Amino acid sequence: MYAIEFKNVSFRYEEEQPYVLRNVSFQVKAGEWLAIIGHNGSGKSTIAKLMNGLLFPTEGEILINGIPLSEESIWEIRRQVGMVFQNPDNQFVGTTVRDDVAFGLENRGVPRSEMMNRITSSLEQVRMQEYLLHEPYRLSGGQKQRVAIAGVLAISPSVIILDEATAMLDPLGRKEILDTVHRVQAAQQLGLITITHDLNEVMQAHRVLVMNDGEIWTTTVPRELVKRQSELQQIGLDVPFVTQLAHALESQGISLTEQPIDHEELLDALWTLHLNK
Amino acid sequence: MDITFEQVDYTYQANSPFEHKALKDLSFHLPGGSFTAIVGHTGSGKSTLLQHLNGLVRPTSGSVRIGGHTLEPNKKPKQAKELRKQVGIVFQYPEHQLFEETVEKDIAFGPRNFGVPEKEIHKRVEESAEAVGLDLSLLSRSPFELSGGQMRRVAIAGVLAVRPRVLVLDEPTAGLDPRGQREIMDMFHRLHKEQELTTILVTHSMEDALTYADHMLVLDKGEKYMEGPPVEVFQQRQALQKVQLDVPEIFQFLQKVSERFGKTVVYEGEDIDRLAKQLADLAGERE
Repeated sequence: MYAIEFKNVSFRYEEEQPYVLRNVSFQVKAGEWLAIIGHNGSGKSTIAKLMNGLLFPTEGEILINGIPLSEESIWEIRRQVGMVFQNPDNQFVGTTVRDDVAFGLENRGVPRSEMMNRITSSLEQVRMQEYLLHEPYRLSGGQKQRVAIAGVLAISPSVIILDEATAMLDPLGRKEILDTVHRVQAAQQLGLITITHDLNEVMQAHRVLVMNDGEIWTTTVPRELVKRQSELQQIGLDVPFVTQLAHALESQGISLTEQPIDHEELLDALWTLHLNK
Repeated sequence: MDITFEQVDYTYQANSPFEHKALKDLSFHLPGGSFTAIVGHTGSGKSTLLQHLNGLVRPTSGSVRIGGHTLEPNKKPKQAKELRKQVGIVFQYPEHQLFEETVEKDIAFGPRNFGVPEKEIHKRVEESAEAVGLDLSLLSRSPFELSGGQMRRVAIAGVLAVRPRVLVLDEPTAGLDPRGQREIMDMFHRLHKEQELTTILVTHSMEDALTYADHMLVLDKGEKYMEGPPVEVFQQRQALQKVQLDVPEIFQFLQKVSERFGKTVVYEGEDIDRLAKQLADLAGERE
């Protein structure tokens, strides 16, 4: 059983209108991190909205932990799928961090004593326990998103979706969020989907799904993906700095045995070359 | 247009329990025609600084000079309208401010408000649409039928149609895909050159600061923390990390190379091919 499974999903807003998604199929296992990338308008965010029933497929089927998504199952599914959106300021309702994390729990009628435990433990997981009584508006962007993630964790979902949740953050805020999510995901074996334009974020995922004009362009692992630099550029995407530099080194006649995906790998490759001189 | 800040303080809600000093003793000078990147962690004062540039707020003490205009405490600027004509601000997510029925009307809104004659407006609309790479066939369409990237271009064209001499950009690439980001930044860089603008870019992207700016201002808690050409500012990684910032990836990588090879490799603005050559030579050197 998969945490999330899309079976031949197509979507359009209205009849007569063109399809926004065409025949999309993929699976995410528990404990797996899938990054979804694609140019603006490629269908990425539509996928996110379909996953927790903000939209329903025009054709095809979506299963969350084996349960088909439908009007009847939607509330159960929303308990299992937690979403964090792009703008941290658009998703706060509470006047304190504690109230804000409590919101989802109150909505689900969780008893007070249980609620207190969950608030404390989810804030601990994102390392924001010291901010319990702070006003969300006064936090930094990265801290705000961590509180938003705590709010999602409090309802113990099995899948977390970050829809460009790091796009409005500065580089350190971005790192904060990715480290947090990665840690929590590994500890709890959550299914994680990150929808992003950030290439370095993509390189940390287990697998990557590339969308182009409403269709799946490819599903692969990051290391294989970045080998296709020129093709990616043609569909409005790019490759990380490390890949660009590795390609430039190849044109200098330096052959690297394996496509490096981070600084350390490229550095090791250069060092090995140096030692073998 | 030259821009000079002299010992500017700005205090929100002065003499109240909520008093907050957003800018403190801030002085700097940006020569006309320069391209300056302003960076700083959340709450460093970037937005407050930006609001001074066209007189949305006035300093609590000190003075701001923009070309021939001066902003001082408790003194309404004489020609606020004229100042706003000369300083165009592209706010974050400018497409959220689109409201007209057609792209043409939306672009025309600014110049019409400033009393530009109708005949002239039409010319400016076409000129600005072309400058941002919008096809003229889109002018009669509703801006809300366009893609996000196109909507942003419409909003930017609206700012350009007023023909500002200073262009202030607040995170202009947020939310765009990598190609869209590059296209928009390249476009601003081209406009900066062609129209001899004084450009100020507020950004989280150290990469953009390095690629496009010739000058850089680092703010921390409302004060000037560092200032200089980006390649020089970025040599000081520790100082930047102290204020929650970091250097572009290329500097981070070269620092690791320097440590591993026991030999300092300094980045001086080389493109990636020249950098690769340098690294190839380094790896090829014998012990």
